[in-house]
Amino acid sequence: MPLTHLEYLEAESIHIMREVVAEAEKPVMLYSMGKDSSVMLHLALKAFHPARPPFPLLHIDTTWKFREMYQFRDRMAKELGIELLVYINPAGLKMRINPFIHGSTLHTDIMKTQALRQALDLYGFDAAFGGARRDEEKSRAKERIFSLRSAQHHWDPKTQRPELWRVYNCRTHQGQSIRVFPLSNWTELDVWQYIHREKIPVVPLYFARERPVVERNGTLIMVDDERMPLGENETPLMRMVRFRTLGCYPLTGAIESTADTVSAVIREMLLTKRSEREGRVIDFDATASMEKKKQEGYF
Amino acid sequence: MSRVAPRPRQAPPTDLIVDVEHYLEAQQRTGLLRFITCGSVDDGKSTLIGRLLYEANLLFEDQLAALEADSKKVGTQDGRLDFALLLDGLTAEREQAITIDVAYRFFSTDKRKFIVADTPGHEQYTRNMVTGASTADAAILLVDARKGVVPQTRRHSYLASLLGIRHLLLAVNKMDLVDYSRATFAAIEDLYRAFADQIGLERVDCIPVSALKGDNILSPSDRTRWYHGPTVMGYLETVPVDHARLERVPFRMPVQWVSRPHPDSRGFAGIVTSGTIKPGQRIRVLPSGQDSCVARITAYQGDLVEARPGQSITLTLADEIDVSRGDVIASADAPTGVADQFEATVIWMSNQPMLPGRPYWLKIGAKTATATITRPKYRVNVDTLEHLAAKRLELNEIGVCNISVDRLIPFDPYHENHDTGGFILIDRLSNDTVGAGLLHFALRRAHNIHWQATDVDKRARAARKSQKACVLWFTGLSGAGKSTIANLVERSLYGRGLHTYLLDGDNVRHGLNRDLGFTDEDRVENIRRVAEVARLMVDAGLIVLVSFISPFRSERRMARGMVEEGEFIEIFVDTPLAVAEERDPKGLYRKARRGDLKNFTGIDSPYEPPEHAEIRIDTTVQPAESAAGQIIAVLAEKGLIGPR
Repeated sequence: MPLTHLEYLEAESIHIMREVVAEAEKPVMLYSMGKDSSVMLHLALKAFHPARPPFPLLHIDTTWKFREMYQFRDRMAKELGIELLVYINPAGLKMRINPFIHGSTLHTDIMKTQALRQALDLYGFDAAFGGARRDEEKSRAKERIFSLRSAQHHWDPKTQRPELWRVYNCRTHQGQSIRVFPLSNWTELDVWQYIHREKIPVVPLYFARERPVVERNGTLIMVDDERMPLGENETPLMRMVRFRTLGCYPLTGAIESTADTVSAVIREMLLTKRSEREGRVIDFDATASMEKKKQEGYF
Repeated sequence: MSRVAPRPRQAPPTDLIVDVEHYLEAQQRTGLLRFITCGSVDDGKSTLIGRLLYEANLLFEDQLAALEADSKKVGTQDGRLDFALLLDGLTAEREQAITIDVAYRFFSTDKRKFIVADTPGHEQYTRNMVTGASTADAAILLVDARKGVVPQTRRHSYLASLLGIRHLLLAVNKMDLVDYSRATFAAIEDLYRAFADQIGLERVDCIPVSALKGDNILSPSDRTRWYHGPTVMGYLETVPVDHARLERVPFRMPVQWVSRPHPDSRGFAGIVTSGTIKPGQRIRVLPSGQDSCVARITAYQGDLVEARPGQSITLTLADEIDVSRGDVIASADAPTGVADQFEATVIWMSNQPMLPGRPYWLKIGAKTATATITRPKYRVNVDTLEHLAAKRLELNEIGVCNISVDRLIPFDPYHENHDTGGFILIDRLSNDTVGAGLLHFALRRAHNIHWQATDVDKRARAARKSQKACVLWFTGLSGAGKSTIANLVERSLYGRGLHTYLLDGDNVRHGLNRDLGFTDEDRVENIRRVAEVARLMVDAGLIVLVSFISPFRSERRMARGMVEEGEFIEIFVDTPLAVAEERDPKGLYRKARRGDLKNFTGIDSPYEPPEHAEIRIDTTVQPAESAAGQIIAVLAEKGLIGPR
């Protein structure tokens, strides 16, 4: 009997990871604590079992993630015994970058894009796994599984390498690097089904609970710590919400929901009429904003 | 017109929603169809997929809202929904209203899951179409009903068939613009079927559609009552995909990575590309040909009793035998072939032409080797399927060539197994993927010529002459001073009682290379031959001086690779073009400038200066005698010659 769809996706991702480890000099796995990262990490455990994955995890820390994400990160690193590197852009820290004050564009550029570039250069990683999926966004739908970046970390969508069958070209010049997306062919629903099947731990923010939120420009923002400035007429209200994607808390919209288990989340997803990235404030900035960010070195 | 009433996206029956577990289980068992859309530019590929997603209610509300806004802003449909914008995600694509690269979309119905690759129609982006086609089970080929079958229709049909797609749907689009004419449709269908018969497509279906208006996309259109076949969605949900085929093919697993699952055994990790495997089964490791048995199939969740095609596994074997990355573990009853020379179809995908004789990296499965390609036997005119004579392959050309690899590789013919028969070619300097190939069969001569080992070897021959053999490779523009300096160096070596030979570019072209001209491919062959001669002379124990313009890095690197580490000294005789042209000892630059001499290095043919030459001579500041002295000093320093 042929493989089920999840078995097919799992095997494809594992094959990709092994190929990178065999050919790259110094690979790293980007770890953002999101559901995709959790699935990717789980696949890495499977790919190299019984050995530990032969690469560290790298968290590009913007310092504005949800508190529960930090707790989850430290717990996972401890439980799995995998080396976890945390990198914060020192210039951003010095400038006290604050998405509430400086806006999402500047915050994302300095604390994510620039920070990622600095970290990759600092450690000399020549291949970096990312959890991006093609179904997330239109420019991602166009990207290869092995995506070449120049020494300046630029992505040139017009000169992507052909990528046939399962034969991947991992070769780079000094300074160039490859971003590798083992979950390219997974959909949001596949990710949740896999989490369900494999009982993969995820950050509790994905499940509905009463949380303090305020509504801004039609988006529900959770008041996660005291750094969030409240307007005169703004009073945080406790509402049953959860998150479909996780990022920096000031830039991530919650959705009203009662789905408090993985099954309930899947059921909700089957009926939803809205897409996943809708809650991402940074995607609204400009049309083609993802392509632009990617060209500049964003994942 | 087939409009569907709004309904929740991808709505499963309500009772199933209640039982998520059952729903998920059923979803897992629906098969996957990977397909591409292809055809000429403006035939409506992206529009068709966009329309399909829209009609099947597979779009989210915010995506639909964004589409409405985009259509007003940059759409090509006078503000009405422009479905192509759902897929053309790159700025350059939106600006030019064309598709540049493959877009992957994912959707599912109750019957199947789909991964569609929307591929570009422009001929210049053929490599991206090939990328999408290489993993597809079926293809939707669009034609414009007003234009019918055009060269790009035939080109994409040929490529799809070549890569192994067996089922093709010809969607005759824009039927609204020909008044839904049955005769127009029939004429296109007849013409196309005649062509399809020649290229070995197993099954061809034809559907009249209007992607823009939605005819025959999801439900049968009232405007084509004369048509009784399936709709596009109906076709996609039912076109046969033989997922079990790979289970009937002999077992293959290219070894990606060797691990140590337990202190006393090694694990061989890879993806099962075909066949099935169980513990106890006899296997053969290729190319070495050693047999063993599978001891265990280990996995994270515990040992497996069987592994199937597409599964990523780790095998341990009953015997301690040598297996490394790139080897193939195959069924012992039906192992792969093993060879180092092949006939193959090559699809060229780089702006730089494929030059016969130039070494490229060849990657097949998990193995990478160095390959050179002979002059193409022929190239295929993909419009007429004629075989044409060719000296090289240009971007997007397809040819049949012989390929020679520097080591034995396990393989199957591509039509039997895509994973052990399909390869990519990588440029050794740019590291770009420049070509793809499909293996046909091994060339018999590979098996019959063995390397004859001799008792007296290079070291012995050189020792008799009291010297170390090496190659001094002088490269630089015409008139740079290579021959002058090489001549002085040889005199000096000769004076020390050493045995030398000077291979001079002009002299060799009088004899061995008399048949070669100055095109890029002839220059490659010129260097290949002289490098082979230099290798033989090094084997004879000589110090060989090679004085050739040798303009390309790739071939100098090839020459370097033919001798042992440390035996190749690259000497860059660096003279700026203006200075060489000023000197012009043979009057060649003047001729070239007048246009009397074609393909002259530096004028209308490129010179790629060395990046890591062992010695660089700047002739604008250093006279020839001093340069020769410097070279002798370096040779002494490297221990290739004794101190005076």
